[in-house]
Amino acid sequence: MTELNNSELIRLSAAQLAAKLAAREVTSVEVTQAYLDRIADVDGQVNAFLHVNAEEALAVAAEVDAIRAAGGAEAEALHELAGVPIAVKDLIVTIGQPTTAGSKILEGWHSPYDATVIKKLRAAKMPILGKTNLDEFAMGSSTEHSAYGPTRNPWDLDRIPGGSGGGSAAAVAAFEAPLALGTDTGGSIRQPGAVTGTVGMKPTYGAVSRYGAIAMASSLDQIGPVSRTVLDSALLQEVIGGHDPFDSTSLTDRLDTLVAAAKTGNVTGMKIGIVKELHGEGYQAGVENRFNESLELLKEAGAEIVEVSCPNFKYALGAYYLIMPSEVSSNLAKFDGVRYGLRVLPKDGPMTIERVMGATRAAGFGDEVKRRIILGTYALSAGYYDAYYGSAQKVRTLIQRDFDAAFAQADVLISPTAPTTAFKLGEKLDDPLAMYLNDVATIPANMAGIPGLSLPGGLADEDGLPVGIQLLAPAREDARLYRVGAVLESLLEEKWGGPLLAKAPALDSSSTTAGGSN
Amino acid sequence: MAAINRDDVAHLARLAHIEMSPEELDRMAGELAVIVDSVKSVSEAAGDDVPATSHPIPLNNVFREDVVGHTFTAEQALSGAPDSFEGRFKVPAILDED
Repeated sequence: MTELNNSELIRLSAAQLAAKLAAREVTSVEVTQAYLDRIADVDGQVNAFLHVNAEEALAVAAEVDAIRAAGGAEAEALHELAGVPIAVKDLIVTIGQPTTAGSKILEGWHSPYDATVIKKLRAAKMPILGKTNLDEFAMGSSTEHSAYGPTRNPWDLDRIPGGSGGGSAAAVAAFEAPLALGTDTGGSIRQPGAVTGTVGMKPTYGAVSRYGAIAMASSLDQIGPVSRTVLDSALLQEVIGGHDPFDSTSLTDRLDTLVAAAKTGNVTGMKIGIVKELHGEGYQAGVENRFNESLELLKEAGAEIVEVSCPNFKYALGAYYLIMPSEVSSNLAKFDGVRYGLRVLPKDGPMTIERVMGATRAAGFGDEVKRRIILGTYALSAGYYDAYYGSAQKVRTLIQRDFDAAFAQADVLISPTAPTTAFKLGEKLDDPLAMYLNDVATIPANMAGIPGLSLPGGLADEDGLPVGIQLLAPAREDARLYRVGAVLESLLEEKWGGPLLAKAPALDSSSTTAGGSN
Repeated sequence: MAAINRDDVAHLARLAHIEMSPEELDRMAGELAVIVDSVKSVSEAAGDDVPATSHPIPLNNVFREDVVGHTFTAEQALSGAPDSFEGRFKVPAILDED
């Protein structure tokens, strides 16, 4: 049916796959099986998946193929992405597959309900390939804090894929999935995107329902798309976005011009603001070089580059590390060994619920989760509340004011996504503070609830590893990011002679024959 | 602001229901002291005139119609419970036996 071999098929973008499926040049079963084969081939090295959902994915694919083959009204009504497979971060609950949140405390747990975004994927008939690895409860910037072992960066298997959504980013970068869902509390979609050479989008807070995403820090968490092209993220956000009565923080605005924005094709006359505080000192030279190159390309394309200052961003990281753990300590209190998940009995002494909780949480949570729960409990405790949590909430206001002033001068802001390229596994594991610094450029967007997009900006000269470019827009203006992102992407790809991921080293295939590997 | 010490961590771990070994308390106290020190500047960033932001996008009075919706059956609700008895969560003793 198709002239493409499996290796070519899995390298197509989601938009290209959708077009071939609609034209019946390829079937969804062929596409889905090609990805399942790729997972079987390379995931032993990458460890992006915690669970592979082959049977259900193939059943959904077969259903789409049958509808297309029958033609008529039902085929006409199929969603554009019907039959295009997707991977899901294992923080998002799914019926029929385990959900672990990367934690031992939820090992073997099955959710009795689907997250709203999962219901939307099912309605669009997108086969779900499986659940991807993450730092435990999304707490980390390297995926090394997963209770199920680290995910490795497809560009260099000795390096981290970013975090917390390292599994989703690595799966997409290693051609194990064309699309994935992530969650972003302080950069967990964008920073993994940056270090794996993929696209990651944190939508406006409330633009995508959080119902069924296991809460880490409720005022910061946001579900969003992970993909290989800007257009693909726009397509996916239109699938998963929209108001949800099950999430009281869900916006009623309908952001439905995202795909159109990604297809605009020009940035003429747009004002793009460089944030003085989000580059320079502390940023790797190769990151700065690629950042400056993107600025030049945008300028040549007719955008006006202006410089803006956000002086209160210097407090953002500190305020984040008070607000986030405070919300963590409250949200994770529900893991008590009673309603779901692990229960561990104390070795000796009285079997009271207090002692069972203490033993369960000691055995079920990893070090980083414990650190953040203790830090949050501290920040919220009597006598410290005003100085810590209260002050941090005021900083949040200052950050929003900085953004308001910046967006009075610029339509979109631009910065590197992360200060460095991917670091080595284990390098920052014993230094939590060094790990936290990875998110210095991504955190302000979460604090203000605004959208942020990371796209590949090229490879750093000194280490040949991917660099991410971050674009930021005012709340509800997600479309601007897709417009500027798609233009910058096409200018960069013209310069590179193709997508950045074409430069990634080939992963060794653990089995040479494809097919029938579910 | 006061620094965080080992006794504080032990107290906080009790409040948070996380059992910790003496070694874990030592290590955690050291790590948290560094983190707490690094966030100190936050308390000096904003004056009294700056209002607090608890939610990034202001939304007020989000209500729904007061109608009966879907709820889990007892069986579904108990499906992930470590222990249950006659359609209820089974909980260890609330009070010490003596």
